[in-house]
Amino acid sequence: MMRPKQQRLVLVVAALVALGGAALLALWGLESRAAYFVTPSDIVAGKVEAGVPLRLGGMVREGSLDRKPDGVTVSFEAVSGADVVEVSYTGILPDLFREGSGMVAEGRLGADGRFLADTILAKHDERYMPPPLEKAQAAGETLER
Amino acid sequence: MIAEFAHGALWLAAALCLMQLGLGVAALRGEQAISRAIRPIAAIQALLVVTAFAALIWLFWRTDLSVALVAANSHSAKPLLYKIAGAWGNHEGSMLLWLTVLTGSGALFAAFEKRLEARTMAASLAAQAAIGIGFFAFLLLSSNPFERLNPSAVEGKGLNPLLQDPGLAFHPPTLYLGYVGLSVAFSLAVGAMLTGSVGSALARAMRPWVLGSWIFLTAGILAGSYWAYYELGWGGYWFWDPVENASLMPWIAATALLHSVGVLAARNALKAWTMMLALIGFSMSMVGTFLVRSGILTSVHAFAVDPERGAFILFLLTFYIGAALLIFGWKIGHVRDSEPFEPVSREGALVANNLLLSVILALVFIGTLYPILAEAMGEQISVGPPYFNTVIGPLALILALLLFVGPKLRWRRGGPLFSPLGIAGLLLSAAMLVITFLLGWNLTILERLGLSIAPGLALASLAPLWGRNLLRTPAPITGMVVAHLGLAVLLAGMAAESGFTKERLVLARPGEQIEVGPWTMEFEGTRPVAGPNWTAVEAELRASRGSGPVLLKPQSRYFSSPPTQTSEAALATDWDGQLYAVIGQGSESEGWQLRLWWKPLVTLIWLGGFLVTLGGLIALIGRWWGEWRRRRRLAGSGYRERRAW
Repeated sequence: MMRPKQQRLVLVVAALVALGGAALLALWGLESRAAYFVTPSDIVAGKVEAGVPLRLGGMVREGSLDRKPDGVTVSFEAVSGADVVEVSYTGILPDLFREGSGMVAEGRLGADGRFLADTILAKHDERYMPPPLEKAQAAGETLER
Repeated sequence: MIAEFAHGALWLAAALCLMQLGLGVAALRGEQAISRAIRPIAAIQALLVVTAFAALIWLFWRTDLSVALVAANSHSAKPLLYKIAGAWGNHEGSMLLWLTVLTGSGALFAAFEKRLEARTMAASLAAQAAIGIGFFAFLLLSSNPFERLNPSAVEGKGLNPLLQDPGLAFHPPTLYLGYVGLSVAFSLAVGAMLTGSVGSALARAMRPWVLGSWIFLTAGILAGSYWAYYELGWGGYWFWDPVENASLMPWIAATALLHSVGVLAARNALKAWTMMLALIGFSMSMVGTFLVRSGILTSVHAFAVDPERGAFILFLLTFYIGAALLIFGWKIGHVRDSEPFEPVSREGALVANNLLLSVILALVFIGTLYPILAEAMGEQISVGPPYFNTVIGPLALILALLLFVGPKLRWRRGGPLFSPLGIAGLLLSAAMLVITFLLGWNLTILERLGLSIAPGLALASLAPLWGRNLLRTPAPITGMVVAHLGLAVLLAGMAAESGFTKERLVLARPGEQIEVGPWTMEFEGTRPVAGPNWTAVEAELRASRGSGPVLLKPQSRYFSSPPTQTSEAALATDWDGQLYAVIGQGSESEGWQLRLWWKPLVTLIWLGGFLVTLGGLIALIGRWWGEWRRRRRLAGSGYRERRAW
């Protein structure tokens, strides 16, 4: 059996190795599994790779919401500044989703330049006053899926 | 007048808290005589805060619109339960609740902890008071719940409808009891390090607080998870949302602490390690409060937020964690060496448990806070389920495998690694793994391993009861077995939900039939319904699979104050799973969007969680009962001795 002093050393080393391992694992996970936040401008400027998990934030352009014949697929245009990206989504839109207000779409960019959303988030609190979009994104506004 | 009295009571309590700190420090420096005043001070302080909290509930009950907080968060037409729950459904009220629990647990600790050495007790109560002062300052200076509104409002603004749910009314108080109960473990660790009395006696004083907090945290997380499951209508029970992680992090730390404090109590080993975990536990509670209350993170659960208050909490938490770590660094070298043990022993297994839990905690912590760091560097990033499931899933499974052997190992020096039930469990898991392939189930690696490990773990978790008379088994062991069995059930539920869920998304007209897994659902149509403060469209779905039909009625609700729309999912529970239905947009002519899930064995998640909580309760009540009997026996024998004299 180890002496207490040695044992303490072994435990400290084990703890450090565990934390180091955790840090490396986290780095790898963040590198390969985190989704970056982009705007339609980033996509139009060609900064975004197709097929990578992303979050797209933008305003829903007035009059662009289009319901497909199957009744559960929609497409709409997300805008930031003058840049426009078409978003396609199959599912139930959140209750607070409106034309002319902000939304965040989680998904990936398709090869045809359309954004394929798995999830749509809309702004959450009716007491919340939308500041300019850029600022809203920076402040991390509250969102509802 | 009630608001003013309550506000005054809070200031008085804050002054008493300051006094408690002063007396505690004096007692620590040798003024033993005055230390006796600390206990009553802690008790009166708690009574004052409880009175203030009761006053706030009263004001909400009566919907006193001359109080700013009530006007901003309540409404006269709200059901009574939510009027009362509204008292803590907002920032100021929830911080008052936090303080109520903090001073309340401080008072209970002061009143009932009799065995701890006097100096350590005084130092711990001083530490508890030091924490209290910070949160008193926060409440009174930046979040006064009793501020008046002049002129008073005509009508309140209402409570967020998503929060108007019986489960959620009790979710925050439960969680807070867990969060803040950990403050006593934190104070005890600080006190014991200051007086150099880290040992078994300290661990025995700390254990009920850790166990109690852990039970509340477990129950609170379960309630929150079930709320998200049926109220948000997204068909999931855990989203790795920052606010969910904020409650998970203290839970992981408390779980690790619960296991290491047992080693310290039984074997006088792992001293420094246990102290560190006690500090981390409450630190994670404060980090959690900071994340939820500062609004620094984008979250589906984050309501009404304020960055300045965030800065205040950030300062408090940096200060307390920094001070505690300084004390740790300064004093831990003086802690006497722990008892040695061999790698293959109960202690060794518990060290492995602690290391794995610490790694998991670190991964959740990094994943939750990295977006803030990235944002400070000008990068917008979102860390979600892909990260957490990938990095944490495998570690959780290793932890589950450790449970096949750990609880049956002997203290100090290793016996055989496997018990008979451990081997049987392992064989069952191996057989199950083969079966999942033979049946051709299309599963991910994690789902396949989870489904295989779960039944074996259920069997192996019974090992500590092997060869015992069930009626004479000590309650803590029974509790441990029940909790570990619960983990196996939980694991099975999560793997099955993830692997076997069937989902359909359709646009349906009345009369249409929809197949979901083994079920056929007939859409009967919609009708309007109304509640006390909402109106809704309700769909009727008749589900059947051979056996008699079940009726599901999902609603899309509209609340007028504040104007909000919410989805009420409909659930139907059968013996082998749950049907889950949500109604979206639509009209009579075009049809309605319906989202339908069949979730086999999802009920095991709630059953498993219940068993885990129950195991904790059995252990806690068992220890209390044992302690009570021991005291009675002592008192009885003392009586006889005196008579013989």
